[in-house]
Amino acid sequence: MVFSTKSLKGQQHELANSLYQLNVLQQPSSHGEQFPAFAARLREHDLFPLTPTGTTILQINVGKMCNQTCKHCHVDAGPDRKEIMTRDTMQLCLDALQHSPQITTVDLTGGAPEMNPDFRWFVKELTNLGRQVIVRCNLTIILANKKYNDLPEFFKQHNVHVVSSLPYFMASRTDAQRGDGVFEKSVKALQMLNAVGYGKEGSGLLLDLVYNPTGAFLPSGQKALEAEFKRRLKSGFDIEFNSLFCITNLPISRYLDYLVQSGNYESYMQKLVDAFNPAAAASVMCRNTVSVGWDGYLYDCDFNQMLDLGVAQSAPQHIRDFETHALDNRHIILNQHCYGCTAGAGSSCGGETVK
Amino acid sequence: MDKTYYNPADLAKFGNITEWQPELGRKFFDYYADVFKEGALTAREKSLIALAVAHAVQCPYCIDAYSTDCLEKGADEAQMMEALHVTAAIKGGAALVHGVQMMNKVKEVSM
Repeated sequence: MVFSTKSLKGQQHELANSLYQLNVLQQPSSHGEQFPAFAARLREHDLFPLTPTGTTILQINVGKMCNQTCKHCHVDAGPDRKEIMTRDTMQLCLDALQHSPQITTVDLTGGAPEMNPDFRWFVKELTNLGRQVIVRCNLTIILANKKYNDLPEFFKQHNVHVVSSLPYFMASRTDAQRGDGVFEKSVKALQMLNAVGYGKEGSGLLLDLVYNPTGAFLPSGQKALEAEFKRRLKSGFDIEFNSLFCITNLPISRYLDYLVQSGNYESYMQKLVDAFNPAAAASVMCRNTVSVGWDGYLYDCDFNQMLDLGVAQSAPQHIRDFETHALDNRHIILNQHCYGCTAGAGSSCGGETVK
Repeated sequence: MDKTYYNPADLAKFGNITEWQPELGRKFFDYYADVFKEGALTAREKSLIALAVAHAVQCPYCIDAYSTDCLEKGADEAQMMEALHVTAAIKGGAALVHGVQMMNKVKEVSM
C-alpha cells in the first residue's frame, strides 16, 4: 500500500465524508449478512440507552493540523489540514471548566496539538485552573522544528502528563504505520523526554505510550505487551516510560480506508463483533468524557467527533453552553464503530478498560 | 461438500464441534483456553510455540490463527520466522536422524 502524505480530505477521497463512512459501516457483508447493530448488543446486556456515569474528563481537539499522516489516523489529520481551535474557543473551554469542578482532567489532542499557535497559552491557563493536563504528543513534533525542541521542558514546567503513540519497539512496523523515519525520531524524542525526567521513577512526570496494532488485528494483553515494550526499549535505546495503553483501531477514516483497500474490512468487523465484551461496554470512556471539537462543538468521543455525530439534542451542543447536569443526563450516540471500544479487554484513550 | 477441503470461513466454526458431542467438546475448549493462559511461559511464547507446531502439522487453520495471534501478542517477524526454523530443524533432524538407522541397515547387509 502506498504511503500518502495527503489527508483523505486533501485527496478529495470519498471516505473523507463522514456520511459515506457511516454508510460503509451499515453495509451487509459480502455474504449478505448484516453485522448485528451495536445498540442491540447493548440492549441484550441492559446497557441501552448508554448513559454517562459523570463527566470527569474534557477531551479537547485543538486542531487537525499534524506533521504526520499516519495510515490509521481516525482524525484524517495531516499537514494539509487547516482546522485549528482559536483562542476565543479555548477561552470558552476555560470558562466551562471554571464552572465544572468535577472535571479534573483535560486531555488535549489533535492533530499535533502543539502546532496550534495558542497551545502553550492554553496549557498554562488550564494548569492555572488546577486541572491535570494530558497532551497526546506524537513525539516527532519535538524534532520537527527548532521552536518545538524545548517542549519537554515546557511539559515539565506544567507537570503535563505526556501520552505518546509508539506502535512498536522496532522501526519496520512503526514506520509502516506512521511514515518513514518516524521510529528514529520518536526514539530521539523519548530520550529527550527521559532526559528531563519523564518516565523516570520518582520524578512524578508521567510518560505513557500508546500501542495501536499496525495492521488488521486487535491488541492483546496490555500488561504483557507493556513488559515487552519496557524490556525492548530499555535494552535497545535506554528508554523508560510509565505505562503502555493498548488502543484498538476503530474502523473509521484512514484506518477504514486501509481496511477496505487491503481487503480486511469484513474480517476485521467480524473480529470486533465476535470479541464484544459486555464488561468492556460498561466501562467505555464516553461515559466519563466529553469531547470538544476544534470549533467548540460537543461530542461523546473523538471518534464520534470525526464522524460528525454530535451529542444528543437534549444536551448543550457547543462549549459556550456547556452544562454538566444536562450532559450527564444525555443518551450517548452509538454506531457500528463503537464495537472497537468494546472488543476483548476494551479500548479507551487510557488503554484497556477491563482490568 | 465444498470443492476444496479447506475453507477459511470454517476456522470461525471450530466451536461447532461441540454440537455433536457437547461434553467432550466443552472439556477440550476449556482445556485449550487454560493451556494458552499466561503461566510459566508467557502468552506470547505459547503463541510462538503454537505457530511452530502449526507448521509442523501443516494445519492451515492453525497457521491463519496463530500468525495473527503472534502479532496480537507483540511478537515480531524475526521471532516468528525463528520459530519456524525450529520447526524445520526438528522436522529435518527427525528425517536425518533416521539416517543412522539407514546406515545401520546398510552395514548389516553389506560385506
